[in-house]
Amino acid sequence: MSGAIVGEVPAQTGGGPAAVAIGPWRLAARRLARNRVALAMALLLLLIVVACLCAPLYAHHVAHTDPFQSNLDGTTIVNGKSVPVMVQSTQGLGLGVTPIGPTWDLHHYFLGADEQGRDVAARLLYGGRNSLLIGTSAALITSALALLVGLVAGFFGGIVDGVLSRLLDVVWAFPVYLLAISLSTVLIARGISWGPFHLTSGSLLLPIAIIGLVYIPYVARPIRGEVLSLRRREFVEAAIGLGASNWRLIWSDVLPNVLTTVIVFFPLMLAIDMLTEAALSFLSIGVQPPQASWGTIILDGQDVLYTRPAVALAPGIAIALTVLALNVLGDGVRDALDPRAKLRRRD
Amino acid sequence: MARFLARRFVSMLFVLFSISVLSFLIFFATPGVDPAARIAGKNADQATLQAVRHDFGLDRPLPVRYGLMMKKLFISRDLTSYVNRGAKVIPQVTQAAPVTLSLVFGAAVIWVLASIAMGMLAGVFRGRPIDTLVMIVGLVGISMPVFWLGEVVNLITQSRLHGSVFSWVPPLGYIPFSRSPFGWFKSLILPWLTLSILYIGIYARVLRSAIVEAQEEDYVRTARAKGLTERRVLFRHALRTSLIGFVSLFGLDFGALVGGGALLTEVVFGLHGVGKLTYDSLQNLDLPVILATVIYAAFFVVVANAVVDLIYAWLDPRVRRV
Amino acid sequence: MPPPGADAEPLLEIRDLRVSFRTEAGLVRAVDGLTLSVDVDDVVGIVGESGSGKTVSMMAVMRLIRDPNAIVEGEVLLRGRDLMALPPNEMRQVRGGEIAMIFQDPMTALTPVYTVGWQIVEQLRAHRDLSRRQAKARAVELLAEVGIPNPERRFGQYPHEFSGGMRQRVMIAMALSCSPSLLIADEPTTALDVTIQAQIIELMKSLRRDHGSSILIITHDMGVVSDLAERVVVMYAGGVVEVGPKAAVFRDPQHPYTWGLLGSIPRVGRTRGRRLTVIPGQPPSLLAPPAGCRFAPRCAYRFPKCDERPELVAKVGPGHLDACHLDPAVRPELRRERRTA
Repeated sequence: MSGAIVGEVPAQTGGGPAAVAIGPWRLAARRLARNRVALAMALLLLLIVVACLCAPLYAHHVAHTDPFQSNLDGTTIVNGKSVPVMVQSTQGLGLGVTPIGPTWDLHHYFLGADEQGRDVAARLLYGGRNSLLIGTSAALITSALALLVGLVAGFFGGIVDGVLSRLLDVVWAFPVYLLAISLSTVLIARGISWGPFHLTSGSLLLPIAIIGLVYIPYVARPIRGEVLSLRRREFVEAAIGLGASNWRLIWSDVLPNVLTTVIVFFPLMLAIDMLTEAALSFLSIGVQPPQASWGTIILDGQDVLYTRPAVALAPGIAIALTVLALNVLGDGVRDALDPRAKLRRRD
Repeated sequence: MARFLARRFVSMLFVLFSISVLSFLIFFATPGVDPAARIAGKNADQATLQAVRHDFGLDRPLPVRYGLMMKKLFISRDLTSYVNRGAKVIPQVTQAAPVTLSLVFGAAVIWVLASIAMGMLAGVFRGRPIDTLVMIVGLVGISMPVFWLGEVVNLITQSRLHGSVFSWVPPLGYIPFSRSPFGWFKSLILPWLTLSILYIGIYARVLRSAIVEAQEEDYVRTARAKGLTERRVLFRHALRTSLIGFVSLFGLDFGALVGGGALLTEVVFGLHGVGKLTYDSLQNLDLPVILATVIYAAFFVVVANAVVDLIYAWLDPRVRRV
Repeated sequence: MPPPGADAEPLLEIRDLRVSFRTEAGLVRAVDGLTLSVDVDDVVGIVGESGSGKTVSMMAVMRLIRDPNAIVEGEVLLRGRDLMALPPNEMRQVRGGEIAMIFQDPMTALTPVYTVGWQIVEQLRAHRDLSRRQAKARAVELLAEVGIPNPERRFGQYPHEFSGGMRQRVMIAMALSCSPSLLIADEPTTALDVTIQAQIIELMKSLRRDHGSSILIITHDMGVVSDLAERVVVMYAGGVVEVGPKAAVFRDPQHPYTWGLLGSIPRVGRTRGRRLTVIPGQPPSLLAPPAGCRFAPRCAYRFPKCDERPELVAKVGPGHLDACHLDPAVRPELRRERRTA
């Protein structure tokens, strides 16, 4: 009914190459620019990324510490006095040592030390670098492969589609964490050597590849569906009628349209990937020591949880903030790119 | 309906078979990885490696190995751990299952009820402050790593406030229902809440958008034009059809959780369920146990999916006739 | 215009109804000053292109526009009672009880997860104090009445087991279940096959005789109007441009837009020497409609006065109103020229 209403609004419907006065991408950018919350989250994200990229600067020039070297006998300065990093326990049996708590002094163990006397704040930044790197790379792998699988399956149909879809179904039915755990167990314990191809168990490429692979069905299935329906749309059929080659069609007519979906999914995938990385690292089958990630720091903090909660709390808060920002940003991008979410045709 | 059931059953068997093959391949045929060394555990001597090779038929062709493995899992049920010398794997799994089931069932009840309430509130009051509030709460829930949230809960209830508000919280671990129903409840209430928070967020958002979409449907307009009360339009027409997608999502997640997805929660709260079993075997790389729990998990996931499809058919009469 | 058996008070009276929507691009005036009335035992057909505001105005009458960005103004009087001012629970009694509505697409208008019988019973029990068994008996009767064979069995079937035409019959049965005094039918035949369309129109005609409900039918199909309606309302860009008894509007249309509408219907046997005409151009943007006559930009006969908004007044006979500045005396001449052009 409200064709009258919707029809007059320069809304892009379905992403066809409709002749609108203003391009769909510019329109989306304009919509996103108006979304204050999403912008604030993008800014927060930028801050986190920049802070993590500056990890070596912080470690070397501000905190003067090597966050990958245990420092059980070291000392630091609190209120101008030199104190040991690992404090002898005075309670109970008097056995063992407790790492120093947060000093709230950016130059000296801002967030305290972990069980090996390493600076938690510096490790947090280094860990963030790895977490962000793994998340982004994995999300890129997922998007690229899912796009390929979805395009091929949806466009060529027939046996190709049958085989690919079955495969996606099986991986889909496999709980993500278990699949990741199975792969990690086999690969990460001792690395992999396959012909000229060697990866040590500490390589970040392993968690990246594992996380990137397990989520493919989640993106590939919707893309396949979209390609299927695009193939039946007039402009694609017209191009087929004009004798365009398959790859040309995919490249110039189908890909630009499904790209929107990939872009909408990307921040959400990144969020999920970062949570998965944290979980795998927490289970000690993700990032391997001495490398750090937010997940491994939470694991480090588990043993001193009741005495020095800051070690586990800080990386958790960092993950939660990053993922929250990504989710809000993802919602904003979806609303901006897919106006049907708000203005749906009803006629 | 009979044909529907038969078809569903066949496809269930197919998926089960595929998953068992997939996990078998991951463990036994990943290129560049020697399965014998993995199964035997760290620093195993040559004799053990030899025994492993023989036991799992690693010197024989792949299909035979697969058959042997499945026989150990399902027929003779004598899959043995080499890391924990001689420990039978299958009984460990069957012992751990009730713990996982208790955890997931309770959490599911909480998250379904809470997310329906939140999703409906947000969907009905779309664009109002309450919608925003519910969605923010949901987003925060989605954004926290569950194991970290569990640690925070432990920090508060086991340490910081254990002396006052949370003195009733038992030490970490599982209390069987048969020993003390109330103890069972007390030992699980915090894990339930922790586990359900993520899903409350997801499900509330899913339901909200389904309700918002349903409000635009022609049949909801018809229901309003019939002069039904707003409550009836909402519960009987909009919610009822929205639940179809909700249920299929629930099946997937429930299956995945029972199958070991609750592992992180189990680890953090010291509950010796299937997930914790998997975790412990991860720590000492006890491959047979991991393989068994993965297959067990897959079984639950697939069965849960089949059950969901049946519920689906019951909820949506259009499906039955296919 | 007095229709047969009319008393002083019309059944439904819409006065200066306006519906606008706030959108990203600005205010969209979907309905802009709609005035019309439906008498007891009357059939009014509203015609116009898509986007002329037909459906939106009827949704406004039923108070079914829920878009928070919609602004609805004006009066809608049902037997003198202003529906716009009614508390929600009384309005609910009006919906389905006194005014029933059927929609364009019968394929999606029924809730897929309930049997059609359940859905009819639901409406009956919302308005009448009936036991389950009584309601069921009545529903089966209604299904039989709208010509659904084997109603007992069909009662327990789901919408997807019915064809489009049969579903529209179900919708009609449901709409008539509480004997409403007015039935609003929004393009009831558009989504159906041509042969089924004729059956549904026949059905509506005969049911009207039996139930004595007035009908307000929205359509863009002049054939449906000439078949069913007694009076015709022509809408263009959110407002009425011409209204009158069917015979008068068809035989002696006054507004150039109506000429265009009528000229675009092919007629068997009369095609010789006559061309099907089209109305050039497109309906105006509802974001920034022309200040004067809405039709002026597409009108071949516009003249300076068309910059003023024309009033809807009777110029050629009682009950035959139009909103056009052209001198009524020259219109027949212009129309003849147009037909032979």
